[in-house]
This record gives sequence, C-alpha cells and structure tokens, in this order.
Amino acid sequence: MKISNWGNYPVIDAEMVTPSSYDQVKQIALRSPSLIARGLGRCYGDSSLNEKIISTTRLNHIVSFDEKNGILCCEAGVSLEEILDVFVPRGWFLPVTPGTKFVTIGGAVASDVHGKNHHQAGSFCNYVHSLRLMLSDGKIIFCSKEENRDIFEATCGGMGLTGIILEATFQLIKIETAYIRQKIEKAKNLEQIFQLFEASNNSTYTVAWIDCLQKGNHLGRSVMIRGEHALAKEIPAVKNPLILPEKMKFNIPFNFPNISLSAFSVKIFNEIWNLKYGFVPSIIDYNTFFYPLDSILHWNRLYGKNGLAQYQCLFSKESSYEAIKELLEIISKSGEGSPLGVLKLFGKQNGILSFPQEGYTLALDFPVRNSVFQLFQKLDEVVMKYNGRIYLTKDSRMSTEVFKHGYRNDLPSFQIVKRRIDKENKFQSLQSRRLEI
Amino acid sequence: MKYILFIGAGSDITRPLASLYAKKGYGIYLASRNYEKLVRDANDLAIRFSVDVRAYKFDVTDVLSHQKFYDQLPVKPYGIITLAGILGDQKKAEIDFAEASAIINANYVGLTSVIHIAANDFEKRKEGFIVGISSVAGERGRKSNYVYASAKAGFTTFLSGLRNRLYSSRIQVLTVHPGFIRTKMIEGKKTAEIITAVPERVARDIFIAQQKGKDFIYSKWFWRYIMLAFTLIPESLVKKLDLQ
Ligand SMILES: Cc1cc2nc3c(=O)[nH]c(=O)nc-3n(C[C@H](O)[C@H](O)[C@H](O)COP(=O)(O)OP(=O)(O)OC[C@H]3O[C@@H](n4cnc5c(N)ncnc54)[C@H](O)[C@@H]3O)c2cc1C
Ligand SMILES: NC(=O)c1ccc[n+]([C@@H]2O[C@H](COP(=O)([O-])OP(=O)(O)OC[C@H]3O[C@@H](n4cnc5c(N)ncnc54)[C@H](OP(=O)(O)O)[C@@H]3O)[C@@H](O)[C@H]2O)c1
Repeated sequence: MKISNWGNYPVIDAEMVTPSSYDQVKQIALRSPSLIARGLGRCYGDSSLNEKIISTTRLNHIVSFDEKNGILCCEAGVSLEEILDVFVPRGWFLPVTPGTKFVTIGGAVASDVHGKNHHQAGSFCNYVHSLRLMLSDGKIIFCSKEENRDIFEATCGGMGLTGIILEATFQLIKIETAYIRQKIEKAKNLEQIFQLFEASNNSTYTVAWIDCLQKGNHLGRSVMIRGEHALAKEIPAVKNPLILPEKMKFNIPFNFPNISLSAFSVKIFNEIWNLKYGFVPSIIDYNTFFYPLDSILHWNRLYGKNGLAQYQCLFSKESSYEAIKELLEIISKSGEGSPLGVLKLFGKQNGILSFPQEGYTLALDFPVRNSVFQLFQKLDEVVMKYNGRIYLTKDSRMSTEVFKHGYRNDLPSFQIVKRRIDKENKFQSLQSRRLEI
Repeated sequence: MKYILFIGAGSDITRPLASLYAKKGYGIYLASRNYEKLVRDANDLAIRFSVDVRAYKFDVTDVLSHQKFYDQLPVKPYGIITLAGILGDQKKAEIDFAEASAIINANYVGLTSVIHIAANDFEKRKEGFIVGISSVAGERGRKSNYVYASAKAGFTTFLSGLRNRLYSSRIQVLTVHPGFIRTKMIEGKKTAEIITAVPERVARDIFIAQQKGKDFIYSKWFWRYIMLAFTLIPESLVKKLDLQ
C-alpha cells in the first residue's frame, strides 16, 4: 500500500501490518529482516517508513492507573487524545505535549517530544518511569533509569531504532481545570522576542509565532504566547471546569491545489495571525491553546498533493540570535513564505539521541517543491556554521553530513547501544538508512 | 449497575461496542476463549469508563458448561450480544466432518444453548435484549463457504423464531447481518476497500440499532441492496457462477 507521514512526502509503497497482541508483534518481528514501528504517522518525513511497517494503533490498551499518584501505564498505541479524554475530567494532564494530540505514546517516547514547557519541564521522557520494549529477537525487556539504563536512554528519542516500544509507564500532572490562562505580548523584532523569552522563565508554557516575511528592523516580528493552567477559582462561573463542551471537528477531505499557498496568501495569513491573537480571550480551553490546528483534521492537505516539509533546527543559547537572524534573512529573501514560524526556548537534554538541548529552536513549514529543497540546503549551511542540529522527526531530506555534525556528541553512544542490542540492524527506517544511524 | 454480556468477546468488534455501552454506564462481562486478551481489554475498559468489567473464559461449543457459567455471574445481564464465530476451512470441511461440525457448532449450535439460557432468564424477568451477529453469507450459499454460511442461515432463523417467541415479553431480539468487516477473521483476504467496514463502524451500527429497538440490520446499510440483488438471481443461474 501507498503510505506517507504527515508531510505527505515521501510517499512509498510499503507493507503495513497492524498486530493486536504482543505475540503477533513477536511473530512479525522474527520473520521480518527489516522493519520499523509506526504510530499515528505524525512525524513529517521518513522516520517511521520502511518497506515493512508495524502499526501500533491496535496496541492501545490502558494497562493501569494509579489514581492517587497519577501514574499511568499504557500500551504504545494509545494516543494523547485518548489520554486527555479519559484523564482530564479526572483532574490529570499530560506532563508534556507536542502541538498535536494525534500522536501515540510510542511516538512521543521515540521522538522524545517537547512542548511549550520545555524550558522548565524538559521533554516527554523526563516523565517516563519505565518501558517495555521488544527487541529484535522477540524478547520483551523492561527498562528504566535503574534497570537496563542504557537501553532506556537510547530508546527515549531513539526513533524506533532500538526496538518496538510496547508499553510505557509515566507520570501525569494534576490540574484543577481544563483551561489555560493565556497572555499575549507582541515583539517588534528578533531582539525583543529573545528578551521576552529570557524574561519568561517563570511562565509554565511559552512559545512565539514568528512572521517570517518581515525584513530589516522588523525581522523576527512575533507574538509571544504564555500560558498557565487556570485554577478553579479563576473561573468561578464555569460549573464543571474539568469538562469541556463537545466541539466539532472539521475535515479537509482532499488535497488543495498547490497555488493556494503561494507566497502572497502566506503574507495575508501572517497578518491575520497577528491580528487574531490580539483578540483571543485570556482564558481558553486546552485544545485551543495546545492544539489550535487539530480542529482542522488533515490541515496538511492544504499544502497540496506534493506535501509539506518542516524545517526545525536548534542552536545553543550563545549562537541562537546570530543563527536565527541569518536563517530568517535567507527565508524572507527567498519569498518561500512559511506561515508557521515557531520559536521556542529549550532547557536541558534527556535521552541520548533526543533532539532538545538548551537553546532556541525554530520550526517552519513549507510546501514541497524543488526550490524549497534548495532553500533548505542554504539553511543547512547556517545550521552547520553555528553547530546547530535538525529534529529527526520533522526531517525528510537532510544530508548525513548535517546530521552527523549536529549529533556528533550523541551518535557514538547511541550506536554502541544499538549495535549491541540489534546486531543485524533489524530496526531501521528510510531515515536511519539515509543518515547511517 | 446493569450488565451487558459479550459472548465471543475476543472479536475485534467488542472493544468499540463495549465502549459505547460502558460510556452509558453499563457494566461489562466479556466471555470468550482467549482469556488473557479479555483481561487486558477488561482492564482498559474499566479504567477508561470507570465501570465494572469482568472477563470469563468461555467456549461456545462447550455447551455443558453454559448453565453453570450463567448462574455464577454476580448480577444477571440486562443484554447479551453474541459475536462468536469462525470462518473455518471450507475445503477441509468438505472432506473432514470434524472441521464441518466445528464450524457449525461455533456459529450455530453452541449459540442456541447460551442464548436460550439468557432468553429464558430475560423472559422470566420481563426485561433484557439479545443481539446476535450473523452474516450476509447466510442469505445464499456459495461454494467458497457454504458450511459457514448455512450455519449462519440457521442462526438467523433461530433468532427470528426467538424474536417471535419473546415479543409478548417485550424482549428485543436484534439480528445483525454484516458484510465484510476489517477484523482478524478475514485478515489477509483481499476484499474491496469500499465495501469493507471498520469494526468501529459496525459497532456503532449495532449500538444504534439496539438502542432504537430494531429487529434486523445490515452493516453497512448498503448490503441490504447488494443482498437484495444477489438473492433475486434465480438459482438455475447462480449455480453456474464461479462464486468466491
Ligand atoms: C501538527 C504537528 C505538530 C507537532 N508538534 C510537535 C511539537 O510541538 N513537539 C514535538 O516534539 N513534536 C511535534 N510534532 C511531531 C510529533 O510529535 C512526533 O513526530 C511524534 O513522534 C509522532 O508520533 P506518532 O505516534 O505519530 O509516531 P510516528 O510519526 O508514526 O513515528 C514517529 C517515530 O516514532 C517511532 N515510533 C512510533 N511508535 C513506536 C513504538 N511503539 N516503538 C518504537 N518506535 C516507535 C517511529 O519509528 C518513528 O521513528 C508535531 C507533529 C505535527 C503533525
Ligand atoms: N469479518 C467479517 O467480514 C464478518 C462478516 C460477516 C459476519 N461476521 C461475523 O461477525 C462476528 C464477529 O467476527 P469478527 O469479524 O469480529 O471476527 P473475530 O475478530 O475473529 O471474532 C470472532 C470471535 O469469536 C470468538 N469465538 C470463536 N469461536 C469461539 C468459541 N468456540 N467460543 C467462544 N468464542 C469463540 C473468537 O474469540 P477467541 O479469540 O476468544 O477465541 C473470536 O475472537 C462473527 O460472528 C462473524 O461470523 C464477520
């Protein structure tokens, strides 16, 4: 069958099997010379693509929940959406969440995903107590910070290359309401937004949207969005503050023509974006705050049938300003508008191959076409120059050189574990082959 | 708490269907052969919906165990839904009666036993419902699966008679005729995507029909028309077709 991930690029012909028991997973693992696990396919490129794919979507049982301490154990195919639906009404929330709730726990661990609270809370795997992992010989092992520690750390952020994550036990956080108190501030340029980030260390959630088409003095014009979990006493009028009213889901059934996202419409999009956020009320539900685009299912199809590619890179705090300035200059000059420029400050790193490290990360969406890949190469040069790195789960095209440079301090330790526990290199993706991981 | 009893609960349709009942606050009994799987499902449903969910090892073909099984349920069920069924190996069934009888027992004989036990109880209590998952296959024999299909035909007729009997006690008997469903039963078999339903969809169809008090449904709905057309073809012609 034809299969692709969120970016609809690349599209490959693959065999995908959807086991519903660990025993079936084992049979498949034993008889396939090469395979990769796949959750909901929300990585952008080829991280969960291979000729043979194990979909975890039917391994989606909740195994246990410690109501007192908020410790949840579930199978890898359970989605963040399901967890929120079940546990928000009981007063628990995800400790870390990416910008979509349509990802699985397996995907969240394998990409060691980050959210708007990384500067304080770190990434998802910070909250993972233990994992059950199926290795290439079909054996199921338990790993944690105490037991099989190296395997645990390699699996957190390990992009599915150490084995198939079957179960994760992790911590939820307590909330009083399903709402977020949001505050918005505008920044005229890059310098101001950096200052805002440095001054916002005490905010739980911070993120900035950058208008990538500005030039000169306005380069880096952005809005900073901060959020805190609203307390019950802040919304006395809401009767049941943990329960949200039902919402409609929109669905984009087919691919829009490519022209709909020309540089022109992107410009308008940016303007509206800025305006709209000026008007947003200060207490909003968690879906609107964390998952603004999830209400339009398959918004990726707006990018046309060629697909979209995201460029997400990261620089150390010291080089971030210079590097991001250079990137934005190149982008604004190129006219390849990116409506979604997202800037975020990270705290410390966790897993071995995990993307986050202390510093600033910038993420941009582009419709796929040749000129965009040429632009990406120019951006790569800046990333290399400032010793930055690119997020594997968003990547579909970086070169081995850019990867090896970005992960130079982490790749060797990862490979030691990988070579030991997966001698025949059974777990591989198109990406891991391309990047020689 | 009212309980719904699922027979053949190892079916891929059970989780989505039981979820719909659990969401409404019903307790759930899961009964099937693969007990380990049921325990996992039971845990999951109980945590998600905060209702009581219990798993039981149960074999439809072990008819002598049925009464005892039913008697030990802590609360007698308000509804029984049978999903049990095996497709079996038609070719083998033609030469090996053991296979043929296994197919007939799982899809028909054993179900009459457990359903009668529940029906008699419901009739006495003057409440309850019965849902039997049969198949469109039962509407006309084909060389590729007629042992299975004839068992389903028997089952459908059994349910319609039972419906007639229980009418005066106001007990609903719903017969479901699904077409293709993307479950482990037809794994690896090539069926056209547009006429193959996902288990979630069939679960929803069953739930809605049961809640509305219906007697009979197709799932998905268009099978009514496919089967209408198919059963209209005269037998003298059908026998010559190479039906798969
Ligand atoms: C709109 C949108 C916003 C996003 N925002 C963010 C964000 O803010 N922060 C962030 O960090 N990410 C973000 N992402 C990326 C997304 O969170 C990750 O790509 C995530 O890993 C996707 O999970 P998935 O279940 O879809 O897995 P897939 O996309 O199917 O797979 C992703 C990786 O996980 C591996 N994997 C999946 N399941 C298993 C398993 N059971 N065992 C072993 N390996 C497994 C795959 O092999 C692959 O390497 C975003 C993506 C989208 C589409
Ligand atoms: N899939 C289709 O295309 C299709 C089409 C029309 C009708 N149907 C009918 O739909 C129903 C559900 O089937 P399905 O598609 O969901 O297939 P399925 O996933 O294979 O479910 C059938 C279940 O029946 C149970 N079962 C079989 N023999 C049993 C026995 N002796 N005792 C107890 N349980 C037994 C099995 O449970 P254990 O795993 O515990 O053994 C199995 O999980 C069946 O009646 C089937 O005939 C299916």
